[in-house]
Amino acid sequence: MGVEILMPALSPTMTEGKLAKWLKKEGDAVKAGDVIAEIETDKATMEVEAVDEGTLTRILVPEGTENVAVNAPIAELDGGGAPKAAPAPVAAPAPVAAAPATIPAAPRAVSAEKDWGPTKTMTVREALRDAMAAEMRRDADVFLIGEEVAQYQGAYKISQGLLDEFGPKRVMDMPITEHGFTGMAVGAAFTGLKPIVEFMTFNFSMQAIDQIINSAAKTLYMSGGQLGCPIVFRGANGAASRVAAQHSQCYASWYAHCPGLKVVAPWSAADAKGLLRAAIRDPNPVIFLENEILYGHSFECPTDEDFILPIGKAKVEREGTDVTILAFSIMVGMAMQAAEKLAEQGISAEVINLRSLRPLDIDTIVASVKKTNRVVTLEEGWPFAGIGAELAMQIIEHCFDDLDAPPVRVHGLDIPMPYAANLEKLALPRLEQVVDAARSVTYR
Amino acid sequence: MAAKAPPAKRRAKSAAEQPAMGRDALLQAYRDMLLIRRFEEKAGQLYGMGLIGGFCHLYIGQEAVVVGMQAALKPGDQVITSYRDHGHMLATGMEARGVMAELTGRIGGYSRGKGGSMHMFSREKGFYGGHGIVGAQVSLGAGLAFANMYRGNDHVAVAYFGEGASNQGQVYESLNLAALFKLPCIFVIENNKYGMGTSVDRASASRDLSQNGSPWGIPGEQVDGMNVVTVHEAAQRAVAHCRAGLGPYLLEMKTYRYRGHSMSDPAKYRTREEVQKMREQHDCLETARAMLLGQGVTEAELKKLDDEVKVIVQDSADFAQESPEPPESELWTDVLLPSPGSDGAFGQGVK
Ligand SMILES: Cc1ncc(C[n+]2csc(CCOP(=O)(O)OP(=O)(O)O)c2C)c(N)n1
Ligand SMILES: [Mg+2]
Repeated sequence: MGVEILMPALSPTMTEGKLAKWLKKEGDAVKAGDVIAEIETDKATMEVEAVDEGTLTRILVPEGTENVAVNAPIAELDGGGAPKAAPAPVAAPAPVAAAPATIPAAPRAVSAEKDWGPTKTMTVREALRDAMAAEMRRDADVFLIGEEVAQYQGAYKISQGLLDEFGPKRVMDMPITEHGFTGMAVGAAFTGLKPIVEFMTFNFSMQAIDQIINSAAKTLYMSGGQLGCPIVFRGANGAASRVAAQHSQCYASWYAHCPGLKVVAPWSAADAKGLLRAAIRDPNPVIFLENEILYGHSFECPTDEDFILPIGKAKVEREGTDVTILAFSIMVGMAMQAAEKLAEQGISAEVINLRSLRPLDIDTIVASVKKTNRVVTLEEGWPFAGIGAELAMQIIEHCFDDLDAPPVRVHGLDIPMPYAANLEKLALPRLEQVVDAARSVTYR
Repeated sequence: MAAKAPPAKRRAKSAAEQPAMGRDALLQAYRDMLLIRRFEEKAGQLYGMGLIGGFCHLYIGQEAVVVGMQAALKPGDQVITSYRDHGHMLATGMEARGVMAELTGRIGGYSRGKGGSMHMFSREKGFYGGHGIVGAQVSLGAGLAFANMYRGNDHVAVAYFGEGASNQGQVYESLNLAALFKLPCIFVIENNKYGMGTSVDRASASRDLSQNGSPWGIPGEQVDGMNVVTVHEAAQRAVAHCRAGLGPYLLEMKTYRYRGHSMSDPAKYRTREEVQKMREQHDCLETARAMLLGQGVTEAELKKLDDEVKVIVQDSADFAQESPEPPESELWTDVLLPSPGSDGAFGQGVK
């Protein structure tokens, strides 16, 4: 009896990959532990080791094939001895939390945003890298530090190529010492250097939150304006996939709470590039909240060398008249999908990509609410004292009389993130919840 | 996989030593290491099939450390470690079924599917997790030891952490606290040479991590962590020191992980030859096997252990797939305990 070798999942977010190379051919004997093939994911090239012993009887997926789904059979092995019974998946394996394959094409920019001319398709990952590279070329005081940012090219491959271009003085690997290296970077920033501090994920910024808030955010004030702190703290924020409570949470409201910080949360590649450039140039500490699942997503991004976006300006991603949906980061994608669904039901939704949480572009929000008279807020984070709560309060303060319904918030459940696939799905905002919320505020 | 026969030199040397472990103890240690190895191989396989999600850090290569340490502990002692924790759980006597079912996120798992690979616990077995934040478990481990001091019992706590974690500030704070209050805490640095893609010499200016507690007078030893007997001998010295109320002890285990940091790490920062050399010349299972054969244990006896372990592992994998996903109601449980006098309802959540 032959054993099927299946396309393995090699990372939490991998759903498919390219079969780059076969290192064994049909007829070859294979021992457990032998490297039989190389697979490329969006992050890396990985080696596939054989689990069973036997002869490789058939190669089912030729090398060079792209988009091979996880768990698809890629080869057959004739088990030499007693097969060590590669257990067939009993139930359909829990799908690795699916990143939506397609992102609704952003309709042409509708807000009065500067037109930057020609664009090209790029991933959020590339946009972030390009932004850092551009600013580092422009300003010798800008440097990047963090865990695995140099030789490994970034744990999520965001700093790809930067060590090569800028050398080890400006792209530095740090030991796992977040509190220490954050303090070090803040100290350097007090002298006018412009560090970019990468947190592998924002979960680990918790180790350093004292230096971020007590040192970076407050010193300008405490020094009567003498000591500014031009620094960017960036990294993946929010829910990843199946990594449980300590590695999956949104820090937007944590940092947005604090005076002395700016907090930015890009969605598209253009957001990522334009806002990161602005963050690096900003004379203040900026918290730059990225999203791991978005890293591999592609968007159109202006090619203009000077492309930059102002911090503090929201973007109307889609115009509508019946309800305003406010979202940031990966949730903008869900809001766009919801708007699509709502359109089918005859409800015209306006989607605002907040981009910047602090400062908040309340003018754009108020203008929209005056038009639609109804609001839904959408975030991955917890509801209690969350961004939605703040948005609702500010809307009440600015344009209560324009509201035809109480604002409704859609958010992650008020619990630590569970690991189990089914529970995790339920703990995060779902498309139907957004659609339902929009219907409820429009009383349909 | 590791070569079949270890180098003769190693075997001769080991046989000449007076082993701290008798035949039966070594046989038990061999079986425990084998269980961890086979369990981890199976976990890797289930990950590849998409049955396990998220991060999954395998312990393959390092088995001798936890098994040699655990053999020196007694019930009531406590253990705490990082996210690379499956081996520690099995060593403390936690059931393979419950661990594997947690990996697949099922209700039969130790955390009812809510913790996953990095977060499992068993108060009964003295296992306090399973922690995802690098270095955090070291202070927590000092706290377990603090509780022993406070209660005036003779239990010890073992806090395991990587050489990468050893650079975290809170580790040094904990060393000072433990020395200051004479806490019965054994700090075990599992120096597997890499923290993700960063080798120890690129992360630490200290060339001898066993001396990291020396400013506070904490005795430290460097130990061959690939040999369960040397690990066990050092463990006994450390345990005796702590139980005698002499304060903390630090062990630096020189070890190696064969797999990538987690499943998604292509491990391009080291050569295949380096890995191959460790597997062939220093594998803890092969070393123990050679010692056992040298002491007159037969191939048949070892084969029996092998079969026994395979059955346990396969059973755990079956269980981990058959056990259902947690019910939706589990979302809202375990956030807070009910306050005395309350009706036990989930009080503060926003629903
Ligand atoms: C505070 C914190 N920073 C970063 C990480 C990401 N991270 C997880 S494991 C790891 C490497 C740890 O290496 P080491 O302590 O040597 O343990 P090993 O993985 O080798 O067992 C890093 C950087 C984390 N989990 N927590
Ligand atoms: Mg390590």
